[in-house]
Amino acid sequence: MIPGGGWRPSVAVWKFASCDGCQLSLLDLEDELLALAGAVRVAHFTELSRADEGGPYDVSLVEGSITTPEDADRIGRVREASRVLVTIGACATAGGIQALRNFAVAGAYAPVVYAHPEYIASLATSTPIAAHVTVDVELHGCPVDRRQLLEVITALIAGRPPVVPGHSVCQECKARGTVCVLVAAGVPCLGPVTRAGCGALCPAVGRGCYGCFGPAESARPSPLTNRFIRLGVSRPDLQRLYRTFNAAAPAFRSEHLRHDPPD
Amino acid sequence: MDVRPSRPPADDWAVLDPQGIDRLIGALGRRGYRTLGPVVRDGAITLAEIAGVADLPAGWRDAQDPGRYRLERTESPAFFAWAVGPHSAKAQVLPPRDRVWRASAGAGGVEIAEAGVDAPPTALVGIRPCDVAGLGVLDRVLGAAGAADPAYLRRRAQTFVVVAECGSPAATCFCTSMGTGPDARSGFDLALTELVDGGGHRFLSRSATGAGAALLRAVGGASATTIDRRSRDGVLGDAAARIRRRLDRDGLPALLERNLEHPRWDEVADRCLACGNCTMVCPTCFCTSVEDTTDLTGASQRERRWASCYEVGHSYIHGGPVRPSTRARYRQWLTHKLGTWHDQFGESGCVGCGRCVTWCPVGIDLCEEVDAIRRADGATAARPAPGGS
Repeated sequence: MIPGGGWRPSVAVWKFASCDGCQLSLLDLEDELLALAGAVRVAHFTELSRADEGGPYDVSLVEGSITTPEDADRIGRVREASRVLVTIGACATAGGIQALRNFAVAGAYAPVVYAHPEYIASLATSTPIAAHVTVDVELHGCPVDRRQLLEVITALIAGRPPVVPGHSVCQECKARGTVCVLVAAGVPCLGPVTRAGCGALCPAVGRGCYGCFGPAESARPSPLTNRFIRLGVSRPDLQRLYRTFNAAAPAFRSEHLRHDPPD
Repeated sequence: MDVRPSRPPADDWAVLDPQGIDRLIGALGRRGYRTLGPVVRDGAITLAEIAGVADLPAGWRDAQDPGRYRLERTESPAFFAWAVGPHSAKAQVLPPRDRVWRASAGAGGVEIAEAGVDAPPTALVGIRPCDVAGLGVLDRVLGAAGAADPAYLRRRAQTFVVVAECGSPAATCFCTSMGTGPDARSGFDLALTELVDGGGHRFLSRSATGAGAALLRAVGGASATTIDRRSRDGVLGDAAARIRRRLDRDGLPALLERNLEHPRWDEVADRCLACGNCTMVCPTCFCTSVEDTTDLTGASQRERRWASCYEVGHSYIHGGPVRPSTRARYRQWLTHKLGTWHDQFGESGCVGCGRCVTWCPVGIDLCEEVDAIRRADGATAARPAPGGS
């Protein structure tokens, strides 16, 4: 792997249970797209082209979670065909919004959503890719941050570790000089327990962090929840705060289960 | 405790009215300074570019408590009726992100180009004595002979300081414990004391450097009277007396050193989010992390960014982090700030601004933590592997 040495890794993009938003972040790299197209060989990327070069692949970017028996098999084949496997986004790294099923009775949602639920064959849970195969790099977010996506691809091309910090969103707020919405306005904000990467987008416009990047590297949400309670956040709302795109990420899961209303 | 403000010789004093402050800000701009001062933004007094007194937060004061900050209206015409906002002067001399060098592949191999330091002449108008003290602490860390950081020194040399002595401390302030306020003693070019009384709205001003004296002469002003100076004594004496918060510094480094296994560390770790806010808002927390990246053209760069001892990677050495637990990280922060900083730099790392107390999302109060340790000096936590976490 010598940068500039003419090595153009082949890249495949795979979709599992997901909305495509993360893989479309690649195409959102408008300013860098030509350079990127020159630096890698796109071997499989159905949002870009129907052409399929076939494996093995140097780098696989995997979007989505595992929700069907077929996908549980398919991810194994993707892993076998990939030298480096990078999961991108909340679905692939934590199970995504669809992991809400993990906290409901299996099959309860299908009749509400589908006219013929008998055609639906899905697993009882939505699980992250790392629960099924070895993952080399995880990129969090709903969706991923395109600058972080570019950083990971660039790092892989250069053969260096990607710079993807695991600290809190608060550090990004402070670096950009944003006034803390929790301290200065009493807005419930998940920033202190959420992984950085978005550049602290929401607090910069006066909104609390939604936690779309999932738990920070050493997140301990319970003291923050206690603060929210003192701010007057209701128990159902506390649960909703942690029960979104990363509801099945361990630190968030244990926190919203703590506030599960008794049956 | 001595609450009498320090009192420089009388012949250095001048009195400016609000228009005089406007002329002062204008004169700084004409001298080429990027002029930063207190500005109301997003519900707080922030440090931002100002063009005149119209930008200053007249009629605002702040209410601060652990984990809480609110702006409130006042009837006073004062520009400086608040204590401290979220922004210290740190970001102006140690930017949150700074490029160290760039490198690219050239004919003769790798070519490294040192990044030019972006250091425009910057005037900080209306920062508080605690923040001026914070710059002094940074000077002794990042500007120490033999270990000086060139980028820091460049920016620091370009910094002109107009301190506003503090007549309006918050409930989180404890400068009187740290000997850093409410009066300004050193480290500034110009000092202002805002007076609003029967004598009108005016600013007792004094210079401490040649540049400060030249600016004050250019702005003009009335000569100060004994009444003005007594008025200042009253404002600063009242402010000092209103600061109820104390950090008991008696034998503090030794107290912390002999209480590394105190149960309070477990207790505070139970409340601490390890989010790093205290370190980010601290005017003296100076840690940075170095990040090397490449781009798609093969060029590479080294940047440094603000880092925090609450990051897992901060204590990473071969094999893993030395301080994996929140307990270990909180203890590291507090014992360094108030204890081992003395061993390293000959003083406390704390200037008593209270930002770590106010801007902690869960309101952890370092004074209270120290008090709790002192109350049970020598207590140890029952733990299976002492020092292992």
